Amino acid sequence: MTQNTNTNISDEFKSAEDTVSPHEISILKNIKFLLVGAFFGITFVKAEIISWFRIQEMFRFDSFHMYGVIGTAVIVGVISVFIIKRYKIKTISGEDIKIEPKTFNKGQIYGGLLFGFGWALTGACPGPLFAQIGSGFTVVIVTFVSAVLGTWVYGFFKDKLPH
Amino acid sequence: MLEIIKQPWTWYVAGILIGLTVPTLLLLGNKPFGISSSLRHICAACFPSNLSYFKYNWKKEIWNLFFVLGVFLGAVFATLFLKDPNAIVIAEKTKTVLAQHHVNDFTHLIPTDIFSWQSLLTLRGFIFIVIGGFLIGFGTRYAGGCTSGHAIMGLSNLQLPSLIATICFMIGGILMTWFVLPFILTL
Repeated sequence: MTQNTNTNISDEFKSAEDTVSPHEISILKNIKFLLVGAFFGITFVKAEIISWFRIQEMFRFDSFHMYGVIGTAVIVGVISVFIIKRYKIKTISGEDIKIEPKTFNKGQIYGGLLFGFGWALTGACPGPLFAQIGSGFTVVIVTFVSAVLGTWVYGFFKDKLPH
Repeated sequence: MLEIIKQPWTWYVAGILIGLTVPTLLLLGNKPFGISSSLRHICAACFPSNLSYFKYNWKKEIWNLFFVLGVFLGAVFATLFLKDPNAIVIAEKTKTVLAQHHVNDFTHLIPTDIFSWQSLLTLRGFIFIVIGGFLIGFGTRYAGGCTSGHAIMGLSNLQLPSLIATICFMIGGILMTWFVLPFILTL
């Protein structure tokens, strides 16, 4: 991410629907995202994506499973985004769908490598962290807290890091 | 039917469901799929500490926190009601290498001899649990996304920066697995 000012930061997180009531949290409006998340969490557990062993197999090239999961997800995603753009499909509230393009900076390389190290250690990316905790591996709460700390430390040093 | 659901799901079933998250979030509210942002929103909400990176209206992004709460609850549900009674099946080669490096628990989704409260107090456990977590948080924010934001959402939108990030995630993971893990595992 290249933003340096607050204006750019809020731009990144802007969506027309949200500007209607930016200062209140509506449970009713957000419950649908909780449900999508729940289906996602079930998939994570049932396809064993939250398993440290599956991630080890992937990095050791001993199993096709994770490559199959990520590959299929990307193909489905590419087709979905193509259809949405091609037919100018709108959201359920009638908004135009807009996807912010990503801009390249060196952070994607340095940060990407660092995250890769963490992925291999913990056997989890941020999503599976929440699901590992939900599966009863309570010590992962420590991993999660440490990830929040890592996020904060990045925010602290952001301007001094090469991007 | 329930018996089928309780078995481990095949890669293409999981892949299709995860891929469909992309259009679902877009259609429901123009939301780009991404999970590591939730860590940033938590910082912005709880300890922004006057840092410019955390000064934005996180309440506008609350959907993301609902989403990860859902991931947590979904995992609770799957573990309570859809649990596979059999032990996880692990590739023989991976199993052999790990067994040589003092990993003994191959019955759970996660090796409990590394990830447990007791091992947290050992150097080995500390590196896996605490350092690993720190690298996830620091690395994903530095890269501007994680497996969901870059590898799935970014690639779905054919973004070159996301491809670069995804390749770096894999290189980092492979380097760690092949060159550093064998050492850490024997600590």
